[in-house]
Amino acid sequence: MATEVIMPQLGESVVEGTIGRWLVAEGEEVKQYQPLLEVVTDKVDAEVPAPASGVLLKILVPEGQTVAVGTVLAYIGQPGEALPKRPDSVPTSRPGPEPKVTKKTTARGDGRERGKPQGRRRITPVVARIAAEHGIDLNTAPIQGTGRGGRITKKDILAYVERMKAAPAREAVEELPPWEQPGTGELFRPTEEVGAPPPPEQAAPPPPLPSPSPERAAPSPPPPSSAGEVIPLTRMRKAIAEHMVHSKRTAPHVTTVMEADMSRIVAYRERWQAEFRRREGIRLTFTPFFVRAVVEGLKAVPQVNSSFTDDGILLHRQIHIGIAVALEDGLIVPVIRDADRLSLSGLQRAVTDLAERARSKQLRPDEVQGATFTITNHGVSGSLFATPIINQPNVGILGIGAIQKRPVVVTVEGVDSIAIKPMCYLSFTFDHRVLDGAVADRFLAKVVEVLEHWS
Amino acid sequence: MAVKTIIQALRDTMFEEMRRDERIVVLGEDVGVRGGVFRATQGLIEEFGPERVIDAPLAELSIVAVGIGLAFNGMRPIAEIQFADFIHPAFNQIVNEAARVRYRSNGDWTCPLVIRTPYGGGISGGLYHSQSVEAFFAHVPGLYVFAPSTPADMAGMLRTALRLEDPVLFLEHKKTYRLIKGEVPEEPFLVPVGKARVARQGDDVTVIAYGLMFHEAMKAAEELEGEGIRVEVIDLRTLHPLDKETILRSVEKTGKVVIVHEDNRTGGLGGEIAAIIAEEAFEWLDGPIVRVAGPDIPAVPYSRPMEHFFMPNAAKIAAAIRDLAAY
Repeated sequence: MATEVIMPQLGESVVEGTIGRWLVAEGEEVKQYQPLLEVVTDKVDAEVPAPASGVLLKILVPEGQTVAVGTVLAYIGQPGEALPKRPDSVPTSRPGPEPKVTKKTTARGDGRERGKPQGRRRITPVVARIAAEHGIDLNTAPIQGTGRGGRITKKDILAYVERMKAAPAREAVEELPPWEQPGTGELFRPTEEVGAPPPPEQAAPPPPLPSPSPERAAPSPPPPSSAGEVIPLTRMRKAIAEHMVHSKRTAPHVTTVMEADMSRIVAYRERWQAEFRRREGIRLTFTPFFVRAVVEGLKAVPQVNSSFTDDGILLHRQIHIGIAVALEDGLIVPVIRDADRLSLSGLQRAVTDLAERARSKQLRPDEVQGATFTITNHGVSGSLFATPIINQPNVGILGIGAIQKRPVVVTVEGVDSIAIKPMCYLSFTFDHRVLDGAVADRFLAKVVEVLEHWS
Repeated sequence: MAVKTIIQALRDTMFEEMRRDERIVVLGEDVGVRGGVFRATQGLIEEFGPERVIDAPLAELSIVAVGIGLAFNGMRPIAEIQFADFIHPAFNQIVNEAARVRYRSNGDWTCPLVIRTPYGGGISGGLYHSQSVEAFFAHVPGLYVFAPSTPADMAGMLRTALRLEDPVLFLEHKKTYRLIKGEVPEEPFLVPVGKARVARQGDDVTVIAYGLMFHEAMKAAEELEGEGIRVEVIDLRTLHPLDKETILRSVEKTGKVVIVHEDNRTGGLGGEIAAIIAEEAFEWLDGPIVRVAGPDIPAVPYSRPMEHFFMPNAAKIAAAIRDLAAY
C-alpha cells in the first residue's frame, strides 16, 4: 500500500504550511529519509524527509499552495501501485487545541444505532403504572406530552391526574360517608376497571333488533365541531356506556314506586348512633337499614333474587347485595356477600369498608362481581325517585330516594289527621321478562313494611 | 473544622489512628523513608519507626500476603499498593485468601487488612499509572471496596476501615489528592459502611458517581441548574456493598438515572447498578438508564488529547443528563 506524505507540524502552534519546493519529481525513486520537499511556514522553513523508500507516485499539492497540517501531500510506493481514491483517514499528529467533545460519548453510548419505533407512543414503566393506578386510558386521555417526540412523561401524566382531581367541584358533603354521596342513579359494573373478567353472561340472547346495522347501532357521527369540545372517552366511561346500553336492550325495564315512612328508623338511628360509633368506630348510616330491608324482601319474594337464562329463571341461593358507590369520574358497585348473614353492624362495617376501598381503588376483582341484587342511593343528591337501570344479570334494582319530611295523612282510630314524617320514595326497577307487576309490588311492599316497622 | 486536601486528610488520619492503636502498621513501596510517592505517609516513619512503617520491595503479591499474615496475627495492617495498576499480582491473595478466610474458616479467622491504593487517570499517568480496578474487586464477596470522594469521607472511611474485621480495598483517586479540598471535622468520626451520600438534591435526573467523577458530576449539576434541570447527585462512597436503598429511593423520585464512572464501560460497576435499578425500580423509570463511562480501550492513553478523549468530564456528563432529561 502506498505511503502517504503528510504535511508536518513544524512548531507547536503552527497549523498550516506552504509547499516551497518539491525536491523529487513524480516518478522518481526516493530513499527513506532523503529530503523530499521544502516547506515554508511563518515560523520555520524546513526540509521534509521522505517517510519511506520507493517511487514518488503522485504529488497532490503543487508548489506554492498552502495546506493544513496533516494534509496528504503525495504518495510513495511501488510503480504501478493503485492509489487510494482519497487520503486515508488515519489520524496523524494533529495540532494543539483540545479536540471537541465527540458525539460518541453522549447518552446513547458508543456508536449504537438502533431504529426507533416511529409514530408509536412510547410509554415508560412509571407512566404505565400511574395510568393504571388512576384508571387512565392512555390511548384516549387528552394528555399533553412534553417529552421527546411528544412522549408523555411522568410529569405530564401527574399533571393530568391533578387536573382531573381538581375538575369536578366537590359538594360540601364531607360529613356524609362516600357511598351516600351523589350518584347518578345509573349503574354499571366496570369490570375492566378493576381487571376482573366480565360477569358470567347468564342473560339474554342477542336481542333480535330490526336495526339497520348488523352490530349495535353505532352512534351517528357527531356534528362537525362548530360548537363545543370533544372530551375523549375514558375506559370507565366506555364501560359504563356499554353496560347501560346492554342492560336496557336486554331487559324490559319497568319501575314501580312506593314510599316508606322512615320515622322509626330515623329515631332508632338517632338513639343508637353515638353508642354505635363508640363501639364500632364507624358511623351508622341509613344504608344498612335499607340493605336489611331488601334482604327481607328477597327472602319473602325469592323470584326477585334471580337471573334470566334461556333455560329458565335461575333462583340464586345466596344473597349478595351490590351497593352503587359514586367515584370522581364514574361508578363502581362493590358487593356485600351473604348480606342475609350479617347483622346491622356487620352490614355497616361491610358498607363502610367497601366504599372506602372503592374510592381509593383498592377493591379486588372478586368484590365487584356476583351481586344478585343491587341498591342505588340516588336520594343523597336530592333525587326523590328515579328509574335506575338494572345491573345485569340481576332482575331488579332498588333506588332509594331522598328522605324528606312531608306532610302525610295518618289515620288513628278512624280519625284522619296530618303529620309530618320523614318519607322516602323507593323506586324498584325490574326486568319484566322475569317479574310481573304484582310480584314486584309484593317485594317492594315487603321492603316498605320492614322499614316502617323497624325495631 | 479544618480545610484539608485529600492527601492531608489521609495522612492526618493515619497519624491519629496509629497513635490510637499500636496494632496498626503500614507497609508498601516507598512508604517509609520516602514518605510515599504522593507523600501520603510522610512523617510516619519518623514518629512510629521502621517496625511500624515498613518499606517493602517491589513485590505486590508479598505486600498483600504479608499484610494478610500480619492481620492473622492480631495486627491491623495498612498495605499500600503504590498504584492500583500494580495490584494484579496480588489478586490471588486478595480474592482467594483475604476475602475468603472468614468463610473458609467458618468464622474462626478474619482478615482485618486495609489495602490502600491510588487509582484513576487524568494526570498523564499513561498505561501503568491510571487504571481503575474497582470492577474486578466489587465483584468479590467478603471484600469491602471503599471509594471516598471528599477529604472528610476519606478520613471517616479510613477510620471505619481500620475498625472492620474484614478486608477493605480502599481506593483513592490520585487526581483528587491535591485537587480536592474540603472541611474535615476535628474530632474523630466514622462513616457508616455501605451508605452513599446524596450530595445534591434534585427532582429531574439522578446522577450516581464516585471518586473524581463525583466532582465532575457536581460541576455538571451546577451548570444544568441554570438550564432548569434539577439534578440529584449521589456520591456512592462505598462500591461494595452498594447502598441500594439510597439509589432506589432517588430513582423513585426522579425516574431518570445517569451512572458515571471513569472505568471502562463494559463490565464496569455501572452495569451492576443499572441492573439493580432495572430489577427493583422498573415501575419508577421514566427513561432508559444511561451510563457515562470511559471507552472500552485497553488503557488510559498517555497522549494528552487522547487522555482527554478517554476521561468523562463535566461537559460529557452534562450532555448525557440534558439528553435524558429531554426524553
